[in-house]
Amino acid sequence: MVVAPLDVNRTGELRSLVATMNSAPGTANPDNDIIPFGRLEGLHFARVLVLEDQTLDDVTAAYGLPRQNFPTYLAFLGDFDGDVDDFRRQMVAVAGKGLERIFSFCVDFTPGTDLIRWMQQHEHRPATMYVNWVGRSMQQIREENALCQVLQKHMFENGSEFQKGSPEEIRRAAKAFVQQEVNMRRLTLTPLKKAPLGWRISNLLNLIFVPVLLLFLAPWFLLYLPIFLIQLRRREKRDPVIAPRPSAEHVRRLAEIEDHDVTNQFTAMGSVKPGLFRRWTFITLLWLVEYTTRHIYTRRYLARVPSIHFARWVYIDDKKRLVFCSNYDGSLESYMDDFINKVAFGLNVVFSNGIGYPRTNWLAFKGAKNEQQFKYYIRRHQLPTEVWYNGHRGLTNFDLFRNSQIRSGLDQQSMTNAEAAQWLALI
Amino acid sequence: MNQLDFDDVQGLARFGFGSMRQACFYLVRIKDVAVARAWLLAAHVTTARTLDPPPSTALQIGFTVDGLKALGVPSEVINGFAPEFVAGMTEESRSRRLGDIGRNHPSCWRWGGPDRIPHLAIMMYGKEDQMAQCEAEFKGPLGDVAFEVTERLTTSDLDDVEPFGFRDGLSQPVVDWEEKRKISGDQLVYSNVVSLGEFLLGYSNEYNEYTDRPLLDPASRGAADLLAALDQPYKKDLGRNGTYLVIRQLEQDVRAFWRYMDHAANSNPEQRARLAEAMLGRQLNGTPLMPLQNNPIDGVGKDDDDRAYNQFLYNSDPDGVRCPLGAHARRANPRNADFPNPVKGPISHLLQTLGFGHKGIRDELMSATRFHRLLRRGREYGPGLSPEDALKPEPENEEKRGLQFICLNGNISRQFEFVQGAWMNTTKFDGLSEESDPLLGNREAVQGCPISNTFSQPRENALRERRNHLPQFVTVRGGAYFFLPSLRALKYFATVGS
Repeated sequence: MVVAPLDVNRTGELRSLVATMNSAPGTANPDNDIIPFGRLEGLHFARVLVLEDQTLDDVTAAYGLPRQNFPTYLAFLGDFDGDVDDFRRQMVAVAGKGLERIFSFCVDFTPGTDLIRWMQQHEHRPATMYVNWVGRSMQQIREENALCQVLQKHMFENGSEFQKGSPEEIRRAAKAFVQQEVNMRRLTLTPLKKAPLGWRISNLLNLIFVPVLLLFLAPWFLLYLPIFLIQLRRREKRDPVIAPRPSAEHVRRLAEIEDHDVTNQFTAMGSVKPGLFRRWTFITLLWLVEYTTRHIYTRRYLARVPSIHFARWVYIDDKKRLVFCSNYDGSLESYMDDFINKVAFGLNVVFSNGIGYPRTNWLAFKGAKNEQQFKYYIRRHQLPTEVWYNGHRGLTNFDLFRNSQIRSGLDQQSMTNAEAAQWLALI
Repeated sequence: MNQLDFDDVQGLARFGFGSMRQACFYLVRIKDVAVARAWLLAAHVTTARTLDPPPSTALQIGFTVDGLKALGVPSEVINGFAPEFVAGMTEESRSRRLGDIGRNHPSCWRWGGPDRIPHLAIMMYGKEDQMAQCEAEFKGPLGDVAFEVTERLTTSDLDDVEPFGFRDGLSQPVVDWEEKRKISGDQLVYSNVVSLGEFLLGYSNEYNEYTDRPLLDPASRGAADLLAALDQPYKKDLGRNGTYLVIRQLEQDVRAFWRYMDHAANSNPEQRARLAEAMLGRQLNGTPLMPLQNNPIDGVGKDDDDRAYNQFLYNSDPDGVRCPLGAHARRANPRNADFPNPVKGPISHLLQTLGFGHKGIRDELMSATRFHRLLRRGREYGPGLSPEDALKPEPENEEKRGLQFICLNGNISRQFEFVQGAWMNTTKFDGLSEESDPLLGNREAVQGCPISNTFSQPRENALRERRNHLPQFVTVRGGAYFFLPSLRALKYFATVGS
């Protein structure tokens, strides 16, 4: 994510400029003149927005501390396949001029600057990153979706051939059809690549390193635990909740750009509670969450939630503030439903270290379960995502999963009838 | 036992007024506010108290946000109501979620669209011979001066069968009037009993919390007679004993419906009915497609009929072979608990909470039902039409028919809008991808999806049966969000602005 301070006198102008990239409010036109996202083949999602924190006065309201006038930032981020340096090069090749136009609203950008270097300098790597299905590339998504559409069309339009026979016979007929389409070059199914060796090694090292480190630190943690709990409970009982109803105008602006697609975007920001205790609790827990999203929740579900495509937690301003961005299936109300009813504990342990979050008990309990406060809190911290690009509009996580399952089922030489029946149910 | 005063609650929250076979709903705008206030103060609103003998007529009154404004309710009070009530049903982003696009768009509505938003819904119910008198009473010396009628929504008595020909109104949540339901943590089994706060403001809801509503300073004008808020006793609760009323006029194209079924079934009457039943998720006579289970379900079984119609879940049919995943009744009430799989003991509970132990490919695609229940109070309108008659040529200038869809809920966005948006209208319900609700769906194109107008019947060991090119059977003709106040709040509305 590129984060750079904006010239605050020109944010309005920037907003008008980036709005021209959209085909509907908040929805990027893939072929827009400024950044033609559609030409970046490995790009799943991208967004451009102004990080203008609505809640900077909360620290005064809650703790009597002076307001910190953090800069207003421009944020530009994408979820893409492969290496970030390659991606930057591709972006500059496809949209160098447009990027320069957008970045020229930032205070430290001078025209003619080396764009790649400038973006590197302003890169904010996520503290935690979640991917619904680690390793599923845009190429795979496109090819599998084309495969499934062609296959479904064929199977339903040639009913007689696929209506009778055992499930395995039907699967084989489908397999033969797909093979023929591939041979005729009407379908492409590029063999799936393994993750790069370097990535696998570093991932494996991380997998081992973190538990070893935790084991090593465990005695100290255990000693500290009683003190931690006392410190925590004292703060939990005292920390003010700031969750007033967001203004109708703010909600209208957010709702205006939602539900143009079966998938939606979400961006929110806020400040970490003052003091070292909350700072370190926050950093530690987010680091642990990163471990789970890296090694455990890598296949369809973030804990119980199947609706999130990509999510990232990014520190800014020396970890005093956090930006959270996600792409999720369904509307905000169902996203909130997932948050509150399925992963309240996960949200609580991280976000309760943010100023004004609904009161938690023992870090994990209550909090988001206070439905009304939580919904207001979320909406109030949410920012309009001025420009949002989805590289696979109309496809939910379940659609992507099903498409992959259909393809891998076709790859198999033979199946039992029971297995083939399960495969057939996916069509 | 709580302190619920049934005399303060409008009767519709507790009763469907089923014995009053006639009903008629006046949607009006206030012409003369002083006279309207006098009319409201004099109105005999039927309460939720049981009477012996039961009354033979009933009157209920709901207010839109425009109505509250017209009565001079202060804006800071109005802004304490739910945001979706304040914004109204026709806000553009809401229309996308509710499926009110294309032919359903508010600009095409008979009422409720721009410039056609009523102030009040005056709902009258009565036995056969009573309606004329009710309407005369409404108009009376004051009514004609006070109100201008935007729309008179008629109803007809089709013997509890909705216009397509299905037995209707069989499944309702049981409201926990006495607040006996104890909610602590996850609910591991489906229950048909729902917290009072889901249907009446001022009481705790399924989260064991109070839904937001206007709480007034006791010293503010007109607030003295209101009840105190149970969660904040130093405030007066304008919402208490009130609820939100959703009215949508749904026109049903019964002829198109049966023509489609007839064509798909090659005019075989038996097959035709089976297909329609698969789409609805119940047989025409109301019998569920799922087998009844032996285990009782909390809140089901007040009588044998209720057991016969409702003692079933969909757990045993994860692939939708018995009842299609996309069937109307299954979408409207998926009857699931908080976890997709059985929780056996605390360790299993912890593991499932952390997201381990998923079994089916559709696990967790759906939200828990208990947060998304509606009290349905709809009435049919227009002449009945049997499937056989529906297939005959249509006479000229035929009277329209459909459903005056009416439901009550304490949280419009989490209940009505969620059910309508995340369950009925979406083409992505429960892992489906090519179809919205077979009855209600608007069949509008979904970007990135080539198909949005099919209906699928999964089959065991075979390719699913896919029905193509479903036309739009139901068209929204009007709609609005109302607040159905307590009697105390009604008096407040009638006096605060004067």
